[in-house]
Amino acid sequence: MRLETFQLIDRIAEINLTDRKISAEAIVPTTSTIFEGHFPGYPLMPGVLLIESMAQTSGWLVVAINRFERMPFLAQVREAKFRTFVEPGARLTVTAELEHDGSGYAMTNAKIAHEGKAVCSAALTFRVMEFPNDEMNRQMRDTAARIGLPDTETLAHG
Amino acid sequence: MSSTFDTIANIISETCDIPRETIKPESHAINDLGIDSLDFLDIAFAIDKAFGIKLPLEQWTQEVNDGKATTDQYFVLENLSARIDDLVAAKGA
Repeated sequence: MRLETFQLIDRIAEINLTDRKISAEAIVPTTSTIFEGHFPGYPLMPGVLLIESMAQTSGWLVVAINRFERMPFLAQVREAKFRTFVEPGARLTVTAELEHDGSGYAMTNAKIAHEGKAVCSAALTFRVMEFPNDEMNRQMRDTAARIGLPDTETLAHG
Repeated sequence: MSSTFDTIANIISETCDIPRETIKPESHAINDLGIDSLDFLDIAFAIDKAFGIKLPLEQWTQEVNDGKATTDQYFVLENLSARIDDLVAAKGA
């Protein structure tokens, strides 16, 4: 996780556009100023950042399905549940599946697990629209390459 | 068998917590029922699922923005019902 730039996904482990599923890896840093306040003497990963991790993982799935031609923006979080604490250094597995591919919107179900144990889950809604500008599209492609999201040609041919 | 209008009226009532009896065929989803665009995504999702279609919301929005259509054509519920019937018929054709 790059908490300082809000880029929370370290690596795409698997993506399947036929099944419309994705799995990603996100490693919580061992140190961060966030943990100085959340909480003093008892550092825990904030729940909102776990939601953001699920949103970003879902987002990569939606971006890939749209072949980098459209961008999802988080619009709604439902049924968010936090089952266990997440401590610094935790290696998280974030998964998401596309529930519905609507016209201009998408819905996903996402989960986070740690060492095989369920950590949290949520149902997410995104507005899906054209990229606001070419620079954002380029940056997203660069980040995709960094975290190992296959390019659209590879995805298209399985 | 319930009508298309009854189905979407029930969806709207459950999704937006609007009393069912206040939802009429002539009701405008936005102007009369106060449904905002985010709530309408939940309604669209439920309609897509219930009828096995994909409401072309982007196309409709574009047509309204371009002045080629009015919101009445898509968001007055009797008109929305007719659009849904057309989409269902087109799917089965």
